[in-house]
Amino acid sequence: MYRKLRLWQIGTDLKKTFLYFSLALVLLFVWQVLGIIGWLNPVIIPSLPTVFRSFGEYFSSGELLRHIGVSMIRVLEGFGLAASLGVMLGLAIGLSRTLDRMTDLLIQILKPIPPIAWIPLAIIWFGIGEASKIFIIFIGAFYPILISVVDGIRRIDPKLIELAKILEVPRRRFIKDLVLPGILPPVMTGLRVGLGIAWMCVVAAELIAASEGVGYLIMDARQLSQPDVVIVGMFTIGVIGKLMDSFLRWLSKRVLVWNVTYQGE
Amino acid sequence: MNGDGNLVIHNLSKEFVNSQKVIQVLQDINLSINQGEFISIVGGSGCGKTTLLRIIAGLETNYQGTVTLSGKPLNGCGLDRGVVFQEHRLLPWRTVKDNIAFALNNVAPQERERIIQEHIDLVGLTGFEHAYPHQLSGGMAQRVALARALVNRPQILLLDEPFGALDALTRIQMQQEILRIWEIEKNTMILVTHDIDEAIYLGDRVVVMSSRPGTIKKILRVNLPRPRDRSNVEFAYLRREIYREFFASKDEDLVYAI
Repeated sequence: MYRKLRLWQIGTDLKKTFLYFSLALVLLFVWQVLGIIGWLNPVIIPSLPTVFRSFGEYFSSGELLRHIGVSMIRVLEGFGLAASLGVMLGLAIGLSRTLDRMTDLLIQILKPIPPIAWIPLAIIWFGIGEASKIFIIFIGAFYPILISVVDGIRRIDPKLIELAKILEVPRRRFIKDLVLPGILPPVMTGLRVGLGIAWMCVVAAELIAASEGVGYLIMDARQLSQPDVVIVGMFTIGVIGKLMDSFLRWLSKRVLVWNVTYQGE
Repeated sequence: MNGDGNLVIHNLSKEFVNSQKVIQVLQDINLSINQGEFISIVGGSGCGKTTLLRIIAGLETNYQGTVTLSGKPLNGCGLDRGVVFQEHRLLPWRTVKDNIAFALNNVAPQERERIIQEHIDLVGLTGFEHAYPHQLSGGMAQRVALARALVNRPQILLLDEPFGALDALTRIQMQQEILRIWEIEKNTMILVTHDIDEAIYLGDRVVVMSSRPGTIKKILRVNLPRPRDRSNVEFAYLRREIYREFFASKDEDLVYAI
């Protein structure tokens, strides 16, 4: 066991990078090989070069970027709304026992309803414009953020609460200096989960009723029987989702320098 | 400081109700502590010594009997009483300096800087102002907790087994430190501990408590000049006296062991 560990530590950086990309590369390799030996039916699974070519075309024409831009703005609006309302309501519920008791039942019932189930009502209420999509994204991202805030407050070390009592820390400073920094680690996770769901919801909403956006691109390509474009759209969603998550991870590392966490072995 | 600063505990009893069972934690505690006195309270685990300290701190308000400070009954927590707990209870997201600042309310910025620096110097942490709690050793973290408890210049400092989690050498070092600080600050110190040596080394008086229900068994005066020598005959005699309260049958062995 020891020896193995030491071997791994030689050229760590190179090995880490290799490990990071290895599985994805293997998958691409297998895909390419299957294409060459002619095992793929291009109507069902297009070959790797076809997908790359479509990607190139859509990218250079600017069409892909336009769809990404539209979806991204929807996500940012819906997520922004969910984050601000989630944090504010979460704080209010977390800090008030009465409000917690009052809202608990409603939240528990509304939370399990999938955002997709809201789509029909959203269209009836808001039409097929921007508002209905933002509403769906909001519904999807809101609960994980809200719950991370309430749960974060419940998990603050009671010993620190006691300390604040002894030091007669005023309520405002108690919230600003103890509660807010204390819930930051779980809330950062809640935001990451929320953003992931927001991105899923935008695609779902666009699949059903939209004239632009990455979800629309996929649906449109399906109707035109272009599986390569469908894959380009899916891949784009995946990569952007990953990049947004990486950004939030980077952000939480910067904000949480004091938080020493277990990184796995 | 207002009044004489004396703390008087009169006929204090406290019980906890736990699933229909009533547990008597403290029974008929009578104790007067003078301003500037160093009191050690020693007892086994579950003897209610921490509960007693929490009552004085104002964290427990439901009890029978009276506790008065300068003649006035206690009413919840107050900045006239500082507390150092067994765990440092530092905010992990704040540096040493900001953890101490956490205790200060309504102090002008310049004054604030001065007070904080003064206390960092007092506990011997100069140079560690910007360190985070996870970068500190147990002893250093406890020094920060001590500085934080002192910034509001409390009349009484309550120490709840503050060195219990430290290694033996650091513990002795911290005991010397607390004496040094006590001589500078001249406040009342109430130390709860299960370490008999620590109780004698630090206290003007040692209050010995028995368990279930927690009562005061004995109060011993330590008439030894400071700094005290732990191998002194008088010290050993006091140690034996206290040991006898806990292990009645084994005291003869201990005489020879000393």
